Amino acid sequence: MAEISVVLPGVLQPLAGGQSILTTPADGAVTVGSLLDSVTGTYPVLARRLRDETGALRRYVNIYVNGEEVRRLRGLETEVSAGQEVLIIQSVAGG
Amino acid sequence: MGCMNASASFVLAIGTKKGLWLATSQDRKQWSFSGPHFLMSEIPSIGIDTRDGRTRIMVGVRSEHWGPYVAHSDDLGATWTEPEQGAIKFPEGTDAAVERIWQIYPDAESRPGVVWAGVEPISVWKSTDGGEHFELNRGLWDHPHRSEWGAGYGGAAAHSIVVNPSGENVHVAMSTGGVYRSLDGGTSWEPRNKGISAYFMPDPNPEFGQCVHKIAADAAVDGRLYAQNHHGVYRTDDNAENWESIAEGLPADFGFVMLTHPRRAGTAWVVPLKADGERIPPDGKLAVHRTDDAGSTWKRLDSGLPQSEFNAVLRDAASVDSAEPAGVYFGTRGGAVYASADEGETFAEVASHLPDVLCVRAAVVAGAPVAAATPA
Repeated sequence: MAEISVVLPGVLQPLAGGQSILTTPADGAVTVGSLLDSVTGTYPVLARRLRDETGALRRYVNIYVNGEEVRRLRGLETEVSAGQEVLIIQSVAGG
Repeated sequence: MGCMNASASFVLAIGTKKGLWLATSQDRKQWSFSGPHFLMSEIPSIGIDTRDGRTRIMVGVRSEHWGPYVAHSDDLGATWTEPEQGAIKFPEGTDAAVERIWQIYPDAESRPGVVWAGVEPISVWKSTDGGEHFELNRGLWDHPHRSEWGAGYGGAAAHSIVVNPSGENVHVAMSTGGVYRSLDGGTSWEPRNKGISAYFMPDPNPEFGQCVHKIAADAAVDGRLYAQNHHGVYRTDDNAENWESIAEGLPADFGFVMLTHPRRAGTAWVVPLKADGERIPPDGKLAVHRTDDAGSTWKRLDSGLPQSEFNAVLRDAASVDSAEPAGVYFGTRGGAVYASADEGETFAEVASHLPDVLCVRAAVVAGAPVAAATPA
């Protein structure tokens, strides 16, 4: 079965047991939301860093599918195909 | 905690816009620092819980990127624990998410394990397991006034929680909404703001809607509380049924801080700022003011403070310890922290050039201080 990979920024890797890439098997397209459910299921602290308790993506967390930030697509409903790679990158913000 | 044994020491925790610093001391003069812990996350709330024979430091952490959470340390910051399922999470059906944890308040010695939290959006939470998991207070969350509560500049939050010795009376202050009181341990809530001005509203004396910045309970007189309001300093002697002004004798009635003595009746401290529109110490001269007669008179305390200071002191950026005489501590938005080992008579700068100080807490802990922890 094909996989979908989620690439984590370095700052979040300690919350995923030190892994830089989380993968989940997929035999078809899945939404970004269900992909996050799948790869963070065993890492609840990591899950909370990405989404709040209503399920909303945190404001300065950006997720890229095919080089496009998902807020420009269909948000957490954006579909990801098997074999694709998803990037999580914190936005450049702060002072 | 009024008496200190020979090996007692002091812990000072400083929450800033970009992390937490911890310090220990045996004499409140020489401080050994560790930090920054949680670098680049703000620390708007700290609770130091010395009950149950241990020192637990609880912190509200908030990263602009990764959100808010509560962590605790039982080894003075050498290691931190974040409960796997999260300490404070809005339950399903509320359609709300924690924005910021504004207050962590360990309850009385007689109720070990009980810790309260004040949160943005406006909500109060209670833990019975030492701050590892909190439950939403439904009485306040479902209050019919909720839709009319507003947001202060810093956000809409419950920022002050005061529980009386019996545990039956709980007072909460929120910005904006004012003071709410529960007589049944937090089950039901009523506004109690009579006498507190809301000059910025069409009706300056509403039942609720005041912008109370901080409340604190008198150490020895049950039913007596003090409030630093958005213009106005007040006291109540009847459990918040009526508030009366005690601002006379202060150089300004604006400010954020309200501290009370750990044991002595009638003693409280404020840090006046000039005005709503000029949030600087009056004349650019920083001073703490203390009353020892429940607000009838005030004494200016500025020994050891800088000649010129234009930074404000935020509502939780001040604390007392429980020693005799009590220590008084506060930090500025300019990153300076001052400590007094004599109830404010003299101060010394113990830290400088930190990021904006958001929260300061101090405590007396049993035993010798642990060696300075490795920054986290």
